[in-house]
Amino acid sequence: MGSGGALEVAGLVKRYGSRTAVDGLDLSVPHGTVTAVLGPNGAGKTTTVETCEGYRRPDAGTVRVLGLDPVAQASRLRPRIGVMLQSGGVYSGARAEEMLAHMAGLYANPLPVDSLVGTLGLESCGRTPYRRLSGGQQQRLSLAMAVVGRPELVFLDEPTAGLDPQARRATWELVRALRSDGVTVVLTTHHMDEAEELADDVVIIDDGRIVAGGSPDELCRGGAENSLRFTGRPGLDLASLLKALPDNSAAAELVPGGYRVTGTVDPQLLATVTSWCAQNGVMPDRISVERRTLEDVFLELTGKELRS
Amino acid sequence: MSAGTYSPAPGAAPLWRMIGTQAALETRMLLRNGEQLLLTVVIPTLLLVLFSSVDVVELGGGARVDFLTPGILALAVLSTAFTGQAIATGFERRYGVLKRLGVSPLPRWGLMAAKTCSVLVVEALQVMLLTVVALALGWSPHGDPVAVALLLLLGTAAFSGLGLLLAGTVRAEATLAAANLIFVLLLVGGGVVVPLDRFPDGVQSVLGLLPISVLSDGLREVLQHGAGVPWGGLGVLAAWAVAGLAAAAAFFKWE
Repeated sequence: MGSGGALEVAGLVKRYGSRTAVDGLDLSVPHGTVTAVLGPNGAGKTTTVETCEGYRRPDAGTVRVLGLDPVAQASRLRPRIGVMLQSGGVYSGARAEEMLAHMAGLYANPLPVDSLVGTLGLESCGRTPYRRLSGGQQQRLSLAMAVVGRPELVFLDEPTAGLDPQARRATWELVRALRSDGVTVVLTTHHMDEAEELADDVVIIDDGRIVAGGSPDELCRGGAENSLRFTGRPGLDLASLLKALPDNSAAAELVPGGYRVTGTVDPQLLATVTSWCAQNGVMPDRISVERRTLEDVFLELTGKELRS
Repeated sequence: MSAGTYSPAPGAAPLWRMIGTQAALETRMLLRNGEQLLLTVVIPTLLLVLFSSVDVVELGGGARVDFLTPGILALAVLSTAFTGQAIATGFERRYGVLKRLGVSPLPRWGLMAAKTCSVLVVEALQVMLLTVVALALGWSPHGDPVAVALLLLLGTAAFSGLGLLLAGTVRAEATLAAANLIFVLLLVGGGVVVPLDRFPDGVQSVLGLLPISVLSDGLREVLQHGAGVPWGGLGVLAAWAVAGLAAAAAFFKWE
């Protein structure tokens, strides 16, 4: 673990009464990258992020955000970070643009409010008070409030929860733009595709611990193999197929006539399987190569569905 | 937006600007809220007009408006500094506004300063309105404006402490109910429209120590009877202010 990252968490423990929400968590986020913290509800994502934001004092371990202690050095840190809470954070009677302009007024060099309103499609909010905005509008306003102060680091807690696909894409574009302009982004999500799309690094949390970390590619490649499936006539002689395959491969007839080959699924392996089928007079219908997704990785590591 | 739009350029605005913009927003929120306006503007004005023109309660000698106006001014302070502020702050806590502002560059004491400014602005508007209405009803005020200002300021501090204590410790719905109930009880039992001497002696001496009674009596002494600075009353209000603000500071929960 380096010491010069935008965010450095070491051995973080946070308890609520007898329940341990975060249990010895280490996390290092390099400057200018996007890190997705992934995990099911109750895994400790929000507790971790809120501890980094200075809302909670760690029971053990250290947290350094931009080199600062988020509790003891809060007044120096706050102008430099942007925060999107999971929900709320706006006066119920305030209008979207009014609240955004207000937040802008708390910073030295804020973004122009008008163009941010345009980027996030907040014009449609008009004079409607916050309490009557749709969930998606409220989310986008909250995102705008997180970035308006031109922070070095933004924390986004479930930034696309409840958004329609179009708003979700707008949010993703904003996150990419932040990254390309050198802003560090730490976001929590339970959308796998979001993590795969946006993140340089993914950290999978379960029961307050990190169970895996790395780039989306590394995570999908590592651990268990990918697989190849095909259908043919039932009762094929898989032993002869295995002889033709590399040593780390396995083959099984999952249902009569439904086969799965696991191993290092590369073009060579695909060619081997199809030529074996040709030699045995088998037409491999519905042949498909399955790449692991983060969803599979997650299930494998935790035995849980992400959105349980 | 083009490349470089989001390039970091962090920094807090100057403190005075943060507090100014926060106070302006808080004031707009108070003035935009219909229920708040009912409490802070409509009810005091109606009571003033109604009780000065109709003989609902026997108020003793002199023009009724001269007795009523100081009490109604005290009620206006109660409505804004205590009831209105408690309800607004309770819901801000409930909806995460305080939490969100807590990670902005605005320090917590700056937020509290802004809230105080907005309460004072709303009170100034109330006092102006009620003064105009009272004068139209034939009010003839006496006394030292400095004494009046001191009473109003210390009354505001006392009610703010109690209001923030309520808002910061119980649920928003409970704050809403309690703040309204206390408003009504103090309206009746705090010497606002009903003179305290109508109550039995024992009750009277307890009621007489409530901040609302001290404030309305103090204002009455000065504005109706032309008394000098009522140091005793100011002392009681100061004690309430210190106790309330200290308790609020100790027990206030931001989330």
